[in-house]
Amino acid sequence: MTDKQPETRNLKPATPLKSGSSTRNPLFAGVDVGASRTKVAILDAEKRLLGHAVRKSGIDFTETAEICLKASLNMAGALREDVASCVSTGYGRKNVLFSDETKTEIGCHARGCYHYFPMAMTIIDIGGQDNKVIKLDNQGRRLNFKMNRKCAAGTGAFLEEMSMRLGIPLEEMDSLARKSEEMVELGSYCTVFSGTEVLEKIRQGKKVTDIVKGLFFSVIKRVLEMDSLTDRVAMTGGVVAHNPILVEMVEEITARDILVPEYPQLTGAVGAALFAMEDKK
Amino acid sequence: MSEEKKTTRRGIAAAKSLKKLMADYFYEMDDAAKTGSRKIAWCTSVGPAELLRGMGFLVYYPENHGAMLGATRMSTDLIPYANAMGYSPDICSYLTCDVGSYLQKKTPLTMAYNIESVPRPDVLVFNTNQCRDVQDWFAWYSRELNVPLVGVHTHRDIGDIRAYQIKDIASQIEDLVPGLEKVTGEKFDMDRLKEALGHSRRTSELWRACLEAAAASPSPWTFFDATIHMAPAVVSRGTKAANDYYELLLPELQQRVKEGVAAVEGEKHRLYWEGMPIWGKLRALSEQLFSLKSCVVASTYCNSWIFGQLDPDEPFESMARAYTELFIVRDEPFKEQYITDCHEKFKFDGILFHDAKTCPNNSNNRYGMPERLSKKLGIPVLTINGDLCDLRCYSEEQAKTNIEAFIEQLEER
Ligand code: SF4
Repeated sequence: MTDKQPETRNLKPATPLKSGSSTRNPLFAGVDVGASRTKVAILDAEKRLLGHAVRKSGIDFTETAEICLKASLNMAGALREDVASCVSTGYGRKNVLFSDETKTEIGCHARGCYHYFPMAMTIIDIGGQDNKVIKLDNQGRRLNFKMNRKCAAGTGAFLEEMSMRLGIPLEEMDSLARKSEEMVELGSYCTVFSGTEVLEKIRQGKKVTDIVKGLFFSVIKRVLEMDSLTDRVAMTGGVVAHNPILVEMVEEITARDILVPEYPQLTGAVGAALFAMEDKK
Repeated sequence: MSEEKKTTRRGIAAAKSLKKLMADYFYEMDDAAKTGSRKIAWCTSVGPAELLRGMGFLVYYPENHGAMLGATRMSTDLIPYANAMGYSPDICSYLTCDVGSYLQKKTPLTMAYNIESVPRPDVLVFNTNQCRDVQDWFAWYSRELNVPLVGVHTHRDIGDIRAYQIKDIASQIEDLVPGLEKVTGEKFDMDRLKEALGHSRRTSELWRACLEAAAASPSPWTFFDATIHMAPAVVSRGTKAANDYYELLLPELQQRVKEGVAAVEGEKHRLYWEGMPIWGKLRALSEQLFSLKSCVVASTYCNSWIFGQLDPDEPFESMARAYTELFIVRDEPFKEQYITDCHEKFKFDGILFHDAKTCPNNSNNRYGMPERLSKKLGIPVLTINGDLCDLRCYSEEQAKTNIEAFIEQLEER
């Protein structure tokens, strides 16, 4: 148990996870508090995913983590005291009052992804607020990693901003892009410049479907310029989960088969739960 | 990864004398500016300071002021005033925060020493060995204050140093003399230059020895400590005061090595810092790395004030050599070999590259060096995006996560 000094001291104290000793099978919780979404994964000792939940992180990370934990325990049909250990990760990892330890999201994504695909690989994670490219060796050890720099380019935030500008719901972007016949390419790095570019394309009479596909293409370009791709390539993250077209487009652009875990958005949470399990051993 | 903890560290006792040295330095300058008792030259950090000292000037370094503006975090608020005058947010933030500070009549010297403003220069002397920004920076003051501007134009991106380059730089330095004589109203005295060179050479030797104390494991001090204790090597080089200071600091560091005093308790990882410091975040970074049991044992930055070539017997040539052989003046292969040699000496297991948004000259990650060095040395590297003084270019959360993940990565090895 770490002696954490969370930033959110004023919040009501969470019930410690290990308040009772359960005689049932121990479970392991991973909590990934991203800047955009909070994800929780509950694994049993056989590494089976028994419960999970995803919520908007909102402004109260501590509370959201609580809600997600409850929901995923519900799904697993388990009790709080069944959780033997918990690791939190992500932007708000230090706000999770009930976790035993924190790890970075880079470590947890790597761990989670390697669990599904135990091989040397390049992981591309596209999240709501940032991207990561992580390279692993065949033992799952990190060789290097890069996070995107300080802007929205290539992240979910970029897509969100553009969906607002175009007045189309975020969840419809994937299906719209699939209807594109002639993708419109956007040239600029910057979200604001891209916004202007999009308006320009609309003025030119380009179809929304083609523009939306261009927006996805722009995200991919930003990510691919972060690092080279070596070995197998896996894609994870909420943006990938909700827009599988991204995977297909990367496959087309790079002429590679891309690996995608069953729940791409939960990769970090699963990795955190695996760390929790290892810590317990 | 465990949480950051505040832990007590055994401080460096010499720091007390450092405070006094710095105070004396600024009071002497302030007094001279007010009374006109001595001429004041503004000089770039690796400009011909020995010549200026040797000609009787008090020497003021605007870059040091920039670092103070950064460290006190006044810089981020002051930079926009220079931006509004047409000095881009993409150019050196020492320049922009310093000009902003002048425009707003705000200086950290007031808080630290109750000094109202920086000393007015009688002459501005630059050397472009580090970058062109210094020339533009001084040119701004030259126009603003109607003060003469002189300087040395160094060859850049040099591999092997050639005789013609040294000859050129040496004669450029020598050519400064008549103009400077006009400012001082005194004849140049070779003996005084030689004396200043002797002092400066000694400062370099002592400073190098201090830095090399960090080769010990555990290291007795960190890069973050050194960025503070380097001040005399920066502002007082060429004077006895600087040497007196390092004569005090060096034995203390050596004693710490002997006693096994670790700057970072339980030192587990040793790192190299490449690039400019992030002045406003030194403490935060130092504390984070401390909590991760990681010690930044060496840096190109602190090494930049070692002028091993200075030689009183060859005044102008040796100055030319010393200013030209600096890391920042050299080409990529030289720089890589330099860091490789440091790796050999300091035995670090990872490199942190700081990509300073406004200082391309001192951000060495931009032409593939991290990747090449990682491969060559077999150690991981991390690039942190930030800036020396403009904290608008820095995401603390992202930097912290990157560093934490980097240490996790080292622990997996
Ligand atoms: S080297 Fe960088 S920080 Fe120093 S003066 Fe030049 S641009 Fe500014």
